[in-house]
Amino acid sequence: MNNKQSWIDQRFPLSKVINEHLAEYYTPRNFNFWYFFGGLAVVMLIMQLVTGIFLTMHYKPDAEYAFASVEYIMRDVEWGWFIRYMHSTGASAFFVIIYLHMMRALLYGSYKGPRELIWILGMVLYILLLAEAFMGYVLPWGQMSFWGAQVIISLFGSVPIVGPDLLVWILGDYAVGDATLNRFFSLHVVVIPLILVVLVFLHIVALHHVGSNNPDGIEIKKNKDADGIPKDGIPFHPYFTIKDSVVVVGFLWIFCAVVFYAPALNGYFLEAPNFIEANPLKTPEHIAPLWYLTPYYSVLRAIPPLFGSQFPGVLGMFAALGVFFLLPWLDRSPVKSIRYRSPIYKWILGTFVVSFIMLGWLGVQPVTPLYVLLARIFTTLYFSFFILMPWFSTLGKTKEVPERVTG
Amino acid sequence: MSEQTIDLKKRRFLTKATSVVGAVGVGFAVWPFLSTWKPSAKAKAAGAPIDVDISKLEAGQLVRVLWRKKPVWIFKRDEKALESLDSEDLIKNLDDPDGTGNSKNQQPNYVTSNFRAIKNKENVAVIVGVCTHLGCSPTYRPEPGAADLGGDSWKGGFYCPCHGSKFDLAGRVYAGVPAPTNLVIPPYQYVTDSLIRIGVDQQKT
Repeated sequence: MNNKQSWIDQRFPLSKVINEHLAEYYTPRNFNFWYFFGGLAVVMLIMQLVTGIFLTMHYKPDAEYAFASVEYIMRDVEWGWFIRYMHSTGASAFFVIIYLHMMRALLYGSYKGPRELIWILGMVLYILLLAEAFMGYVLPWGQMSFWGAQVIISLFGSVPIVGPDLLVWILGDYAVGDATLNRFFSLHVVVIPLILVVLVFLHIVALHHVGSNNPDGIEIKKNKDADGIPKDGIPFHPYFTIKDSVVVVGFLWIFCAVVFYAPALNGYFLEAPNFIEANPLKTPEHIAPLWYLTPYYSVLRAIPPLFGSQFPGVLGMFAALGVFFLLPWLDRSPVKSIRYRSPIYKWILGTFVVSFIMLGWLGVQPVTPLYVLLARIFTTLYFSFFILMPWFSTLGKTKEVPERVTG
Repeated sequence: MSEQTIDLKKRRFLTKATSVVGAVGVGFAVWPFLSTWKPSAKAKAAGAPIDVDISKLEAGQLVRVLWRKKPVWIFKRDEKALESLDSEDLIKNLDDPDGTGNSKNQQPNYVTSNFRAIKNKENVAVIVGVCTHLGCSPTYRPEPGAADLGGDSWKGGFYCPCHGSKFDLAGRVYAGVPAPTNLVIPPYQYVTDSLIRIGVDQQKT
């Protein structure tokens, strides 16, 4: 064994990599519930890749056969329904995990220096994942696939001057059709997953270079013992590999309950009109994107057309995503963790979280004057959080940060 | 070997020149790949005009046909509907009632202004059923006074379920809704009194 290891080590830095990332990667000992989700996101990525590969073996990316081939997977392929529901439920589960993962960063200031690059890589991953999920939802070629694609792609048509040409270029035709479905298949199955895997790798390499943040927002590398090991750190393997595997079992238990008993989750994971084949002549009565896109969809609906163009709304929607990138530089608080922030900051962060959830809820509701007004109020609150952050993040009295981690 | 000094200036120039030429090459190489996303020759050929027989169309009835892969509505409006299209009661709620503002390119120049149909055939409307907001197909709601669409101020028309845009029975957009312009009137002509050809402009008479 040792011989074999050194044979490889002379040719490839195997032991070095294992030590750097597992056995001698020192992780803060005070990790709590919020630190489950990074590992779970990796589990979800693997699950989506594996189930996706098997779905691709039966799916036909052709407007004429796509819908029927998904039904074929559901009814005729042995265990096909299971693979398909794992993949469709997996998409929503992935976003539940990612949103909680991002919430963790907001709570404990994990985006602050020296972890800005981890945050930026994470945001790129998040946006790519939204694109990946959107294109995946188009593939079954149901009513929601078709009309969802129609609405989202139309957004690009509103770009001034080049919009109409850009729209036709993206569609590959003058309307959503076979050409669009086929290229989305290629992007969903090859291009984006490939980029996702590379970026996840970079996200983790950057994290392991600077080290994990923790609920106290203290740099554990500042307190090392005589051997140069952080006093508040414990090796990732075996401590956290064991702990995380228990978490994965618990997660899979909930996940399977949804897959087996409520795969459509009352229209939130799979919408009813998507069980009807795409019909370019008829828009479903009530159209809404899946839940993980709805906050941005609400922002889009909240902004009225200006100068005879809906481009401002589209810009607002993308700004709502893009503004997250600036977070590390907008937050000027001297402390990272919510535990030591001023009371006013806690209230404002709470307001932001409520605004985001309310925008998400409004995104699945029909358009009424009251809901439009609410969407405008919460859109304003949403953007205020970022715009006013350089000011309010320095307000109030912060608590003293301890030298060593607590709890 | 003779004594040679490294000419850094020359080296930098060569590095830059090579990079620029290389970038141009990459640009040329990328073009074919991007071009594959444009509509194929087959897609372009599929845009031919279509004929629709309207001899069996009743007042109030609407038929949907596909033209260039987009839904086109052909529907018959009764006298009452035409009257309401011309009334100040409705026009005051519209964004661009006579199609001269934001919506000036949304119809061919041979349709009449308030009815947006070919002259002397005003009762039959031909409209591309694609919302000018984000491309959904609005729902046909011809009944005036529908409670869910604003009661008395609703004179009949189309309601987009996606984002709540409202249009009247001539496809003109209401003010204050997400859609920025009136619905598109496609080029069309009457081949006979009961046969409409969509996709070809009316001949000058």
